[in-house]
Amino acid sequence: MARVLHPAPRYATNEGVRDALCAALGSMVVDSIEEFGEIVITVKRESIEDALRLLRDEHAYQQLMEIAGADYPSRAERFEVVYMLLSLTKNHRVMLKVSTDEATPVPTVTTLWPVAGWLEREVFDMYGVMFDGNTDLRRILTDYGFEGHPFRKDFPLTGYTELRYSEEEKRVVYEPVELAQDFRSFDFTSPWEGADYVLPGDEKADTPPVDDPKVTEKPSDTGAGAKADEKAANHVSAGAPAEEDTAIDTEAPETTEERPDREASEGDVHDTKGATKPEDKE
Amino acid sequence: MSGLTYEQSPTTEGEEISNYTINFGPQHPAAHGVLRMVMELDGEIIERIDPHVGLLHRGTEKLIEYKTYLQALPYFDRLDYCSPLAQEYSYVLAIEKLLNVEVPERAQYLRVLFAELTRICNHMLNIGAHVMDVGAMTPNLWVFELREDCLNFFERASGARMHSAYFRPGGVHQDVPLKLLTDIGDWVDTRLPELFGDAMSLVTDNRIFKQRNVDIAVVGKEDAVKWGFSGPMIRAAGIPWDLRKSQPYDVYDRMDFEIPVGTNSDCYDRFMVRVEEVYESAKIIKQCLAEMPEGPIATEDRKVAPPKRAEMKQSMEALIHHFKLYTEGFHVPAGEVYVATESPKGEFGVYLVSDGSNKPYRCKIRPTAFSHLQAMDFMSRGHMLPDATAILGAIDVVFGECDR
Repeated sequence: MARVLHPAPRYATNEGVRDALCAALGSMVVDSIEEFGEIVITVKRESIEDALRLLRDEHAYQQLMEIAGADYPSRAERFEVVYMLLSLTKNHRVMLKVSTDEATPVPTVTTLWPVAGWLEREVFDMYGVMFDGNTDLRRILTDYGFEGHPFRKDFPLTGYTELRYSEEEKRVVYEPVELAQDFRSFDFTSPWEGADYVLPGDEKADTPPVDDPKVTEKPSDTGAGAKADEKAANHVSAGAPAEEDTAIDTEAPETTEERPDREASEGDVHDTKGATKPEDKE
Repeated sequence: MSGLTYEQSPTTEGEEISNYTINFGPQHPAAHGVLRMVMELDGEIIERIDPHVGLLHRGTEKLIEYKTYLQALPYFDRLDYCSPLAQEYSYVLAIEKLLNVEVPERAQYLRVLFAELTRICNHMLNIGAHVMDVGAMTPNLWVFELREDCLNFFERASGARMHSAYFRPGGVHQDVPLKLLTDIGDWVDTRLPELFGDAMSLVTDNRIFKQRNVDIAVVGKEDAVKWGFSGPMIRAAGIPWDLRKSQPYDVYDRMDFEIPVGTNSDCYDRFMVRVEEVYESAKIIKQCLAEMPEGPIATEDRKVAPPKRAEMKQSMEALIHHFKLYTEGFHVPAGEVYVATESPKGEFGVYLVSDGSNKPYRCKIRPTAFSHLQAMDFMSRGHMLPDATAILGAIDVVFGECDR
């Protein structure tokens, strides 16, 4: 890694620690990285308890500070459970990781640290990750009787139910969420760096060239229908309402002659939405 | 207290008294917020406590995933609303660690200065509340005066009394006027020791206060480590562990201060550790004021920190940077870090996962109170019901942070 410029907490050096720990954990290690000054070791799910016991007893990582869940829906095993270890004597931190899916439980580490009880309950509550051997795997942060696991990426930010105090029923009632306005998500990502929308006008660039370009040389090319074609063939703009009128509009029919007949556009003529989403055009 | 299930009177036909269960909270003045504890009592002896947390769960971590890095910052003020700046600290350091951005010295000093003011501010509330939980009223009123002073300082620095959003990735939001620094210096020299000393002289040797706290909820060193204790809770157990000392961030390594530790690991020790920490914080503040250099207060990297307002009037480049920072925000390299700082309540950690975009992919907050509250059951087992308030007061729990 490049020279450390940031003022984040500085603990004992990482040098050689990753290799030493990986060697000690042996076949339990799936992967290990050292990035941003953090050592992250991914271990096999079923051996997480043994791995943590080894680190606690042999490598002086006495404290389990935190267990974090994370959801990566695109992966086969979508959930990650991250254990943050702290060594008070070596003044060092290390993270251990396992991955799992909805159905497969992770072995509990409450046998090693009593603090893991609530931390595992939280991961279960938020992500639905099961912990095998945790005898008290109740929900912890969500409401009594809550359904679903809110921190999963496919759980909507607004949730499904809302509650209010009902004056008529004299109790709190649960109702489906009704938003006064649609949930707004602003995407300010620069179009040059990974925005996933098309800029107005950009869709034209992608349209493949056509063999038979559309022209309006003949009246029939306009596609306005046989009736209109007939009218147009007369080359006389019939029904010019200028007779009784004053001279103001007399020139108007002249100009239409040059233009193809077409249907009056529906809706707001200033609406440029169609430019971004051509398929929406009616 | 409601929820009394049943109790058979010992006077009726000599039947045995059964254990009964009561609800402590969620609305209880000594619960320090919305904590519901289901207590199983044998007479007045606590047999078992099952704390129910989450009544203040707002899904902060999920909300953060939908905000840019800068927009997510104010959520941290609202976690532990008694020590807002200490929560921001972990978050900005986590971002800076991922970005590997350099922070100017003045900004580092300012952050340390205000983090320590926050510590005093937090301890004033906790000390006052703890004392009031066990029956004393006056000291609370006095230390609240000091807390008010701290809040005024925050207001003068950031414009907001509590939710300052003052620490920013790459530095702080704005520079402070010289007068504020001199006022803080005067306050630390005169008003703080005077008022705080007076208030504490009423408490620390008080017979009633000691009766309520000494030898209550004794936690051994081993237990303190196993239960994930941190901050004053682990120091009261006699373990001199302070992240400011052992894993210094910003300019804490230049500061000269002591780590107070307890000897008996009871509620009284936890209280006294906090009292001493206030004096140590005052020492750090004085050093910061003495050593603080002149200079910029945020990184010169315009991809992280916005330019000055005046600069924007002249420079198109500055205007673009400002616009991009406040609409799109900055992108953080993909990776993950866990950064923990010494908040007044203990280790406050942020596990930040970035996918390279302008929003955090995952931001796990490690609250201090979560682990401590979990130990409530084993700490109060065998104690009397009124001890529960003392134990809870000594944990220093705030539910905005515990429930997130």
